[in-house]
Amino acid sequence: MSDLQDLYQELIIDHSKRPRNFGSMDDADRTADGFNPLCGDKLKLFLKIEDAVIRDVKFIGAGCAISTASASVMTDMLKGQTIEQAASLFETFHYMITGPKDPQHVGTGLGKLAVFAGVSAFPARVKCATLAWHTMRNAISGKTEAASTE
Amino acid sequence: MITHPATLDVERTAGLDPEVLRRDFPVLHQEVHGKPLVYLDNAATTQKPSSVIDALVRYYEHDNANVHRGIHELSQRATNDYEDARTVVQEFLGAAESEEIIYTRGTTESINLVTASWGRANVGPGDEVLISAMEHHSNIVPWQILCEEKGARLKIVPINDDGEFLLDEYERLLSDHTRIVAVNHVSNALGSVNPVREIVDLAHERGALVLIDGAQAVAHMKVDVRSLECDFYAFSSHKIFGPTGIGILYGKRSVLETMPPCESGGDMIKHVTFEKTIYNDLPYKFEAGTPNIADAIGLGAALRYVNNVGLEGIGAYEEDLLAYATERLAAFEGVRLIGTAKHKASVLSFNLDSIHPHDLGTVLDREGIAVRAGHHCAQPVMDRFGVTATVRASFAFYNTRAEVDRLVETLHKAREIFA
Repeated sequence: MSDLQDLYQELIIDHSKRPRNFGSMDDADRTADGFNPLCGDKLKLFLKIEDAVIRDVKFIGAGCAISTASASVMTDMLKGQTIEQAASLFETFHYMITGPKDPQHVGTGLGKLAVFAGVSAFPARVKCATLAWHTMRNAISGKTEAASTE
Repeated sequence: MITHPATLDVERTAGLDPEVLRRDFPVLHQEVHGKPLVYLDNAATTQKPSSVIDALVRYYEHDNANVHRGIHELSQRATNDYEDARTVVQEFLGAAESEEIIYTRGTTESINLVTASWGRANVGPGDEVLISAMEHHSNIVPWQILCEEKGARLKIVPINDDGEFLLDEYERLLSDHTRIVAVNHVSNALGSVNPVREIVDLAHERGALVLIDGAQAVAHMKVDVRSLECDFYAFSSHKIFGPTGIGILYGKRSVLETMPPCESGGDMIKHVTFEKTIYNDLPYKFEAGTPNIADAIGLGAALRYVNNVGLEGIGAYEEDLLAYATERLAAFEGVRLIGTAKHKASVLSFNLDSIHPHDLGTVLDREGIAVRAGHHCAQPVMDRFGVTATVRASFAFYNTRAEVDRLVETLHKAREIFA
């Protein structure tokens, strides 16, 4: 069960059970919807942005442990980041999960996000981990259609 | 000379011995993530016995040619085997004639053929189409499109909390405007076995036709289209131990003859000039272009295999296995069974605590257990039960009580992880 433990690390289980920043936001500057049509996971993301800095982030939705924890950890990390930094975090996170394995660099500079490194061993679950991130990218780029993992 | 040896080396005794039958299925004998494979995703697709795999190989190694253009020996053999398979299907379904058996790509295409051909010609503004609340998307969307196009109404027969088709509600919804009723024989998401005979009788009393989606039924119970008196019956080869890419639409000759062709091209014509085309007879009218010859032959081999095992024995064995699995899961703390109809076949849909089905599916997979986790292409069913998804274990005759036990053991592990 060792790779299962890699996937479902304590931090992930904790965030999936008690997601941080969970709830809606009335005065959001940007919102975006995310949807995974294969499993039905849904997510709505709210961003409060001032001077190109993300001041507050919240999300609502329903999904599996991986997608809920990913949204929870992501929202924690985004607060105080500039839009540029958020976009760069997306790239780093996406690369960690989908890119070629490079043990030297797995998780570097990702802080808490490194707990999702185990997802790369579960190809069927990659979309669960990236749904919130695709939704965030749409929100900051102002795309109106729902982010889809397909 | 083509023969169809049954590879089945089991003696036909009263009971079915899954351990013996498992030898016929090469794919079952492997480890997944270091554990012996437990394949419980049979409602998605079934595994193939050696006799089916051999039939495909034999066709491509010895007989490959186009059909119905039989000047040469190989074409003659291919045509004979392709048409022999059609006769096997005819006998399997109890159809009156092999001309009533149309090859399609699968259940989905069979239903689409009916909506596109019969539907377009027979459904108009103000007409009604009845389906049930437990249909697979493939028996919802084609009817939705038809109704939208024609200004007809799609009405939904409700189900109860056990996932049972409500016959009295159905009777109330039937009207003189009902043109056709389309229901599944067995629900893929719930396992409910529907009272199709009564459904057909009531529809016919009001002059409506009936299409039965038999995708989840044919591998588990004897179907006789003449005693059901249904107008259409659809199923997929890959859900009854045959190859993917081939399926069947049975239609009553009297109905099929009135229907315009759906696709046009070669094989479906008798004579073509630039002014007019004379369509071919049944069933070729509906089989445009070079068909899926190899997989049709593979389907024939699969049905021969099922006939050899015997559907009566399969039904009895699976009923016992499902009862055992249901009992074990019902006794498991935190399990909610979705679909508790009195009459069920080989499907066990459930959720455990608040663990998301995909998380549970991943844990099961790591223990070598293949199940389906998701909405099973039946989102309205999920909505009806207030869930977004379920875990579905679905059985075939090659599954055993020991495999059910491994499923249950792994649920304990999942609880530890997500506790």
